[in-house]
Amino acid sequence: MNETPNLNSFKTGPDEDGRFGIFGGRFVAETLMPLILDLQAEWDKAKTDPEFQAELKYLGAHYIGRPSPLYFAERLTEHLGGAKIYFKREELNHTGSHKINNCIGQILLAKRMGKTRIIAETGAGQHGVASATVAARFGLPCVVYMGATDVERQAPNVFRMKLLGAEVKPVTAGSGTLKDAMNEALRDWVTNVDDTYYLIGTAAGPHPYPEMVRDFQSVIGIEAKQQMLEAEGRLPDLVIAAVGGGSNAIGIFHPFLDDESVKIVGVEAGGKGLEGDEHCASITAGSPGVLHGNRTYLLQDGDGQIKEGHSISAGLDYPGIGPEHSWLADIGRVDYVPIMDHEALEAFQLLTRLEGIIPALEPSHAIAEVIKRAPKMGKDEIILMNLSGRGDKDIFTVGKLLGMGL
Amino acid sequence: MTARMDKRFADLAAEGRPALVTYFMGGDPDFETSLAIMKALPSAGADIIELGMPFSDPMADGPAIQLAGQRALKGGQTLAKTLEIARHFREGDQDTPIVMMGYYNPIYIYGVERFLDDALACGIDGLIVVDLPPEMDDELCIPALKKDINFIRLATPTTDDKRLPKVLENTSGFVYYVSMNGITGSALPDPTVVGGAVQRIKGHTKLPVCVGFGVKTADHARAIGASADGVVVGTAIVNQIASSLTGDGKSTGATVPGVETLVRGLAAGVRSAKLVAAE
Repeated sequence: MNETPNLNSFKTGPDEDGRFGIFGGRFVAETLMPLILDLQAEWDKAKTDPEFQAELKYLGAHYIGRPSPLYFAERLTEHLGGAKIYFKREELNHTGSHKINNCIGQILLAKRMGKTRIIAETGAGQHGVASATVAARFGLPCVVYMGATDVERQAPNVFRMKLLGAEVKPVTAGSGTLKDAMNEALRDWVTNVDDTYYLIGTAAGPHPYPEMVRDFQSVIGIEAKQQMLEAEGRLPDLVIAAVGGGSNAIGIFHPFLDDESVKIVGVEAGGKGLEGDEHCASITAGSPGVLHGNRTYLLQDGDGQIKEGHSISAGLDYPGIGPEHSWLADIGRVDYVPIMDHEALEAFQLLTRLEGIIPALEPSHAIAEVIKRAPKMGKDEIILMNLSGRGDKDIFTVGKLLGMGL
Repeated sequence: MTARMDKRFADLAAEGRPALVTYFMGGDPDFETSLAIMKALPSAGADIIELGMPFSDPMADGPAIQLAGQRALKGGQTLAKTLEIARHFREGDQDTPIVMMGYYNPIYIYGVERFLDDALACGIDGLIVVDLPPEMDDELCIPALKKDINFIRLATPTTDDKRLPKVLENTSGFVYYVSMNGITGSALPDPTVVGGAVQRIKGHTKLPVCVGFGVKTADHARAIGASADGVVVGTAIVNQIASSLTGDGKSTGATVPGVETLVRGLAAGVRSAKLVAAE
C-alpha cells in the first residue's frame, strides 16, 4: 500500500469509481448506495488507522494462526519430476480456509460502523463458517444465505454454522447455489439497511468490496513472497490458485503482479467440459456483463440472462468472477485455464496419498493444473500454489463420486 | 418522447388527481397474453404503464415479481420481444406513456445504442433501471437523455437530503419514490410518513413524484395518492395474473379480465384522492 506510485504497475486499481479497466463499478439499487458509500468511507479510514491494523494483525496471529506455513511438497515434486512445488498452507487457518482472513477484517469494520447484525452468502460453506465464527467471536447475530443444493452437499459446514449460532437460510430460487444465495443476501440487505452489515465472501460485488476483500486476502501473497525468499532466496516462477469468485487467488496473486519474472495462472472450474453449460469457467467461456454490483466476465445467454453453471466444488459454483480477475485476464497479466471435475477429483486423491493432506475440492483444481505443468518445467524452477482450504467438508461428496461408503 | 410523459402529468394536474402507474412483467405468462394485458390497461384506468423486462437475477424484487420473470423467461421472453410488446401496443395507443423497468445486464448485452434506438422506434417514453445509480450515469442514463428518453430514478428512505440532489440531477419524467427499504411486494408503510417523504423530495425538484412499493388496494391507492403525483402498483397486478393461471402457469380466460377488474378498482382509488397542491 505504501509503495511509490508506478505508472506501469498492475497494482494501482481500482480507480475512485471502483473500476479495473471496464470492470468493477457500483451497479446497485439506490437503497444500497448510501451504505456502500459509508462502507467505503469507513474502509478508507481503517486502511490507514494504526489501531485497526494492529487489531487485524493481533487477531491474525492469535486467532487465525498466521502466518500460515509455506510448505515444500517434496513427494509431489518427486512424483511429478519437474519444478519444485510449494504450497501456501491456508487450509491450516482457523476454520480451515483462507475465508477467515477476510471475515476478521470485515467484522472489525462492521464493529467500527456500529452494525449489530451480520449477513453473509456462502457456496461451499467455508465463508459461511468463517462468518459464523467471527460473528460468534464478536457477539453479533449472523444469518447465512446458502443455496438449497449446497446445503445438501455441504452438510458438515451447515452443522458447523448452526453450532456457531448462525441461522442458515436455504435458498431455493434458481438452481439453489451461490448466485441465488447472493441475490437473497442482497434482498435482506436492502430490507435491513439500518443495522445490517453484509459480509461478502469473495473479491466481487460493488465497490469497495473487490478492493477491500483483496486487501484482506493479500496477506497470503505478502507472507508467501517473504517465506519464498527465505526458503529459496528468490521468487517463484509460477503462481497458481483456483478461482471461483477469486478471493484466495487475488490474495496470493496481487503481491506478485509487478514481478515480471513471475508467471501467474488462475484455474477455473471446467465442470463437465466447456462445450455445454455444465461448467463455471466465466473467463474462459463467458463474456462481460453486469451482475451483483459489478461488471465482470459472466456465464450468460444472448439475452443477458445469467446461466447457472456447474462445478463439482460448491465454492467454485458461481457464474461470475471478481472484476480484478477479468481485468487481469484482458490485459494478459494472468492466464486463466479450466480444470474439469474429474481432473480435480484425481488431484484430490493424489495429494491425499502423496502428501497426507486432504485438500478441499476448490484448490484440488489448482493442484490438477500443477500436475499438468510441473513435469514440463525444469527442476530448478519453482511453483507456488495456494492450498486455500482443507477437504474435511468434501469427504461425503468425494465418497459418493468414488462409490465409497462412509 | 418526453413530451408524452409531460403532457400526461400536465393533464392529470389539470384534473386534480394523481396518476395510476401500473406495472406488469413483459411476457408473463406468455407474449400474447401480456400484450393483451397491456392493451387492456388504459381503458381500465391506468395512466402510465411500466413494462417489466424479465431478468434471471432480480436482486431488488420480492418473490411475486421474481416468479413473474421466471414465467416470462420460461415462455421464451427476451428483451427484443418485450420491445415488440411495446411496439404493438403503441400502434393502437399514442397517448399512454410507457416506461420500461428492469435490470441493466440484458440492455448491456443488447447494446446500449441499439436498445435506445429500438426503444424510441417502439414508442418507449422512459426507463427505470434498478441497478444503475447516479454513479453509473455514463452507462445508460446520459445516452438515454441525449435521445430524449426519460431516465426515471428511484429515491428511497436511505436517500437523504445530502444525496437527493445527486439522485435528481439527471432524473427526468418523474421521480419514483420507493416508500420503504426493501424489496417489491412488501407491506404498505404509514401513508403520513410517505407524505412527509414526498414533500421532502418536492423540496428538491419540480418533477412529479410517484410512490410505489406496498400499494395493493384502492384504499392504499387513495391514501398514498393524497400526497403524491402518482401511485405505482406492481406486485398486486402480478399476483392477480399469477392467481389466474393454470397449475402449469398457462393463462386462462380469467387472466386479462382479472387484471382489468383490479386496475378499475385502483383507478377509482386514485380518482377519489385529492391532489395536494403540488406547487
